[in-house]
Amino acid sequence: MSTVQDIAARILERVADKNPAADAAVTVSRESSALTRFAESFIHQNVADECYRVVLQVHVDGRTAAASTNRTTPDAVSALVTSALAAAALTQEDAGWAGLSPRQDVHTTGNWDEATAAAAPDARARAVRSFVDAAAGLACAGYCQTKSVEAAFANSAGQAVSARSTQASMDAIARTGRSDGAARTAAIALSDVDGAELGAAAAAKALAGREQFGLEPGRYEVVLEPGAVSDLVSGLLWQGLNGKAVVEGRSFARLGEQQFDPAVSLWDDSTDEHATGLPFDAEGTPKRRLELVTAGLTAGIPHDRRTAAAGGSETTGHAVEGGDRMGALPTDVRLGPGATDDLIADVERGLLISDFWYTRALDPKTLIYTGLTRNGVWLIEDGRLGSAVSTLRFTQSYVDALAPGAVLGVSRSMQSSPRAIAPMASGSSSLLVPSLRLASWNITGGAAG
Amino acid sequence: MFEAATRAVEAALGAGARYADARVMHSRYESMTAQNGQVEDLTQRDTVGIGVRALVGSSWGFFAVPDLDAAAARRAGETAAEIARASALVPGADLELVSTEVRQDSWTSACDEDPLSVSMSDKGDLLVGVTATMRQAGVPLASALYQIWDTEKWFVSSEGHRIDQRIRECGAGMHCMTYGEGSTQRRSYPSFRGQYGTAGWELVRSIDLPAHAERIAAEATELLTAPLCPPGTTDVILGGEQMSLQIHESVGHAVELDRILGWEAGYAGTSWLDLSKLGRLRYGSDLMTVTADPTLPGALGSFGYDDEGTPAAANDIVRDGIWVGVLAGRDSASIAGLDYAGAVRADGYARIPMVRMTNVGLLPGPDTLESMIAATDDGIFMEHNRSWSIDDKRRNFQFGCEIGWEIKGGTRGRLLRNPTYTGIGPGFWASMDMLAGESERRFWGTPNCGKGQPGQTGHTGHPAMPARFRNVRVGVRA
Repeated sequence: MSTVQDIAARILERVADKNPAADAAVTVSRESSALTRFAESFIHQNVADECYRVVLQVHVDGRTAAASTNRTTPDAVSALVTSALAAAALTQEDAGWAGLSPRQDVHTTGNWDEATAAAAPDARARAVRSFVDAAAGLACAGYCQTKSVEAAFANSAGQAVSARSTQASMDAIARTGRSDGAARTAAIALSDVDGAELGAAAAAKALAGREQFGLEPGRYEVVLEPGAVSDLVSGLLWQGLNGKAVVEGRSFARLGEQQFDPAVSLWDDSTDEHATGLPFDAEGTPKRRLELVTAGLTAGIPHDRRTAAAGGSETTGHAVEGGDRMGALPTDVRLGPGATDDLIADVERGLLISDFWYTRALDPKTLIYTGLTRNGVWLIEDGRLGSAVSTLRFTQSYVDALAPGAVLGVSRSMQSSPRAIAPMASGSSSLLVPSLRLASWNITGGAAG
Repeated sequence: MFEAATRAVEAALGAGARYADARVMHSRYESMTAQNGQVEDLTQRDTVGIGVRALVGSSWGFFAVPDLDAAAARRAGETAAEIARASALVPGADLELVSTEVRQDSWTSACDEDPLSVSMSDKGDLLVGVTATMRQAGVPLASALYQIWDTEKWFVSSEGHRIDQRIRECGAGMHCMTYGEGSTQRRSYPSFRGQYGTAGWELVRSIDLPAHAERIAAEATELLTAPLCPPGTTDVILGGEQMSLQIHESVGHAVELDRILGWEAGYAGTSWLDLSKLGRLRYGSDLMTVTADPTLPGALGSFGYDDEGTPAAANDIVRDGIWVGVLAGRDSASIAGLDYAGAVRADGYARIPMVRMTNVGLLPGPDTLESMIAATDDGIFMEHNRSWSIDDKRRNFQFGCEIGWEIKGGTRGRLLRNPTYTGIGPGFWASMDMLAGESERRFWGTPNCGKGQPGQTGHTGHPAMPARFRNVRVGVRA
């Protein structure tokens, strides 16, 4: 079997044969994904696939085009090259072309666990069995997944990098019929996914939420658990801390300004020990740690080469496939921890919220979102957790929620979430976030009416 | 192609499966975006592969590979069976698939002008031209997009199915944005994500993007200074495009049988519907009759056979306001005690077929948009979706539109910006008292319906027309 590096080199040679004047960049990844899905406490979907992803971009006579395939045979490679070059000849001039990435070394070759890459379906099914058995007889639903990717990038400017990564994750709920409780984790190795621990945690949450009452709309102090926090972080990155959004003038972000509370620090680092994203981006630029928010100060914006050129800055190595439409996105995001794990003790009256659901931006500039709670809400009174609350709808600016003075606490412990900030990126993503205590959250209704 | 699928099915049976099916798929995709008079992105994708489904006992396994040679096809079948055996470590109840007619057939969607054969420079000129027009009309950001899918699939089952299909789909759209003090405004045509259908490039020609570019740019600019949609409770008239989203989110997903059975509880969610009430639950007013009909010519959710080999057929979902049907697959229907399937599709060879909407939409009513406005003393007409959010049981929704018009004394008046409305599904549908007729019905296409893990993107169609709803909460904001 050819290596992904060999295939990438072969494609570049083929482009040079057909048009020596063409700039070309190619990413070749060999990906294996297996996901064991369960509901009503049985495995109802159990899938796996192996594939190649080959993405070729060419720039000829001022025109740019891309083509992709899932095959690496000589005929398929030839067709890919022909298709990309033909499209480039027919399309309009590309005034925003920012050139190819220069030759640079990557800082790591990725985090890889051989056992996870080779995990058999039985291993995932056993994790599911453990979750279900630990869930106190409650109905369970969710998944256990293993993924591996080996990827190589090469371009006609001499850049050639490769890396590989694995990820294992479990995300599931236990259900009482009146309430759901969730538990989730993501790691580099399947051996770090403990189905029994997650099943017991989900069941405890579900059981604690059985008796629910409705709550009047209004502003409430909230403690957001990591599931809900990951939604906030995703919203900030998609809509605002995004080079394309900044260049197009629709971002809230103002570099160098204290837009967030000093307790907020946010960064992306595909070179740390928890990273499951690849250490180079879709343009072959090696990734480095990028500070996005430092002690509340907006410190950095993810860019690819195109948005960086348009905005007068340098690429930060965050190009993703499809980024021409969605912008540059990070893959290994961390929201900095705080110093305590008791965020509830000082809350006089507020809400503990596990997850947000179906959140959508009403306005990208103010980052006003609407969405609902999911998998549990509890009233907090006089520093103690009280009754469970039924599902709530909110309409809230994510920027205002994290504004200076609005963050009253950040937990020390962090949770690794399977949520992908950049699902279109080759490889996986990792997201590590703590819980947050926020001064105000605008509840605008309940799911019942 | 049938040979590879047959080998895979035989291999799965040889490895212990009691049922197996295989789909070979060749999918071609092309899209282009333009922004502010420049082509922004041109993408072409070509994928081929085989996906095999095996049933061992009551447990499923699925495996997919991009190779079609004999060894790869056999390995795909054997591995699908191996995965099914692993599923049996956490088994479900006994399972029999509902029967479906076994056919050997071929089906091709209608296509007058092959969209992949239209000159790429012509297609680029269209997008560049309309975005340049919008820019010249003064908006800071103008975008346009077309997408084309050309899918061939060959389906074989251990029951004897042998069906090939070719489905060509395409569509296009454009939007522009304007920026004011602390807010943005957006206008789109013909829909917020474009209009799509199972059709050729004639669909794109028919929507005539150039004729609407200046108008939406002017509206986006005018919206910046328009008054906010006032908060309160009022009568709401929804345009046909917004109605298609209303149907998709608060009816289409709610009647998916896998959601009703709890199979999507861990991710997409469940449904407020209880199967024990099928046939007698009131979903909406008497004006509400919804069908799921994959036979509608040109609609985006049309096909000859679903991905289990079930022939396309129309089903009633809501009849005269009463919930009477679901979207089902052969396994979910069996478990629910129903005798029909036909709504199972996958978004590519590498994904397992699952319950998806076909063309879920309203049958026409007796009214017109004009008559609705004339009959409304105090209300708001909202059009073109801008945001959508709905709970995991598909009851509580809050939708935002790009544009609203105040209605006073039966007359459409001033523009309103940031119109939103919110409600609870059955109560909202029960308040529908006027519904436009056939002349205003369009088959709106949704090309990006997300569902499943790993995620799949479904193509769905929604026959829809303007309608009026009474006493709706509007203007919710932060």
